[in-house]
Amino acid sequence: MKPAPLDYAAPETLAEAVALLADASREAKVIAGGQSLMPMLNMRLARPELLVDLRRVDGLDHIREEHGAIRIGAMTSKREVEQSPLVRERLPLLHAATLHVGHPQIRSRGTVGGSMAQADPAAEYPCVAVALGATMRVVGPGGERTIPAADFFVTYLTTALEEDEILVEVSFPVPAPGTGWSFTEISRRHGDFALAGAAITVALDGAGTVADSAIVLFGVGPGPVRAHAAEARIRGGRPGDELYREAGAAVAAALTDPPADVHADSEYRRHLAATMTTRGLAEAVQRT
Amino acid sequence: MSEHTVEVTVNGVAYTATVDARTTLVDFLRAELGLTGTHVGCEHGVCGVCTVLVDGKATRSCLMLAVQADGLRITTVEGLAEAEGLHPIQEAFAEEHGLQCGFCTPGFLMATHELLEANPDPGDDEIRDVLGGQLCRCTGYQSILRSVHLAASKTRAQRAADAHA
Repeated sequence: MKPAPLDYAAPETLAEAVALLADASREAKVIAGGQSLMPMLNMRLARPELLVDLRRVDGLDHIREEHGAIRIGAMTSKREVEQSPLVRERLPLLHAATLHVGHPQIRSRGTVGGSMAQADPAAEYPCVAVALGATMRVVGPGGERTIPAADFFVTYLTTALEEDEILVEVSFPVPAPGTGWSFTEISRRHGDFALAGAAITVALDGAGTVADSAIVLFGVGPGPVRAHAAEARIRGGRPGDELYREAGAAVAAALTDPPADVHADSEYRRHLAATMTTRGLAEAVQRT
Repeated sequence: MSEHTVEVTVNGVAYTATVDARTTLVDFLRAELGLTGTHVGCEHGVCGVCTVLVDGKATRSCLMLAVQADGLRITTVEGLAEAEGLHPIQEAFAEEHGLQCGFCTPGFLMATHELLEANPDPGDDEIRDVLGGQLCRCTGYQSILRSVHLAASKTRAQRAADAHA
């Protein structure tokens, strides 16, 4: 339970960090808060030759509102997110999800960028990023590019980041006023990885029917799973128990093969996904 | 395998040391500095026995490399009390039977310390949220919960006394 021998560098600029990653002679990995990577190093599930620590790079630790979006630097800790009045007011869904990430002792070091780049299918942040339509700002040898969250999470622990690219900022569009939301998670113990969870936003039109929604699940597939069929099913519908149940049924029908492990079999995860959609939608509508 | 010079302040004492890049903070504290009050448990961030304060924030010292602590301020369980006697949090755990075998206790004490520094009058939910990150396998959590409540009241009393002094 000790990391294999490795080298360590803590560059002061992004350019240096990118150059270290781009050097093909050594397998390098970025370390941010280390709350996912360190267990993998200790258990030797990961054996990079070089760790590139971003802690000395300026400009990666901020939460600010710009052009209708909340921009959060990749090295911002989850504790900072949890305690940010701006996040609580403008992105209550992200605030609620943050309280489910580990414990205060983990959130003190775990970062926003780390969770996104780790892309654990049972993690909260990737799901919230997809539900809110976040954008990832990424820097590599060729400069900068942005990747929509929907395209960023490719599969288990795999993102659209190239080997020599670094996630530097996540930009969350602020939902329109009156947008309802909910965050639901089922885990064996609070702070554990989720068996399954759901992040939902919903907007009603002037007539009180569903104008738009985002229903995104986690823990039930290789990454965040957007429930397109359920969203289509409720569009134009009148909020109520029947509609919420139909949304849940649409989610269950669309989930082909939720993962099975010692904590929950596939069928149970499907059941949870449907139930959380039904309940979460009701809660989100109440907040419109 | 790279070696690095780190300068850390642990319990108010400045140390300069050379560490292998792969050395975790908890192994550094115990093996290099001889501060064995911080215990090592699961080594993957689940049990919380290795919790120390890093720049005042409760942190798993098994999930941090010693080299990452360069320039930072660490507080371990050895740094809680003055040279003589116990810290009020330690007194409270002793009085309310918040420990039995004591293996998990350093982590509980440090997590409690951070909580009470920020808020000496936490509610049950807030305490449970913090204690949820610490595992105990013999004492049971009810007496630990009572210990934290008692520690909070001792902290408030001490702050009130300090304010009058």
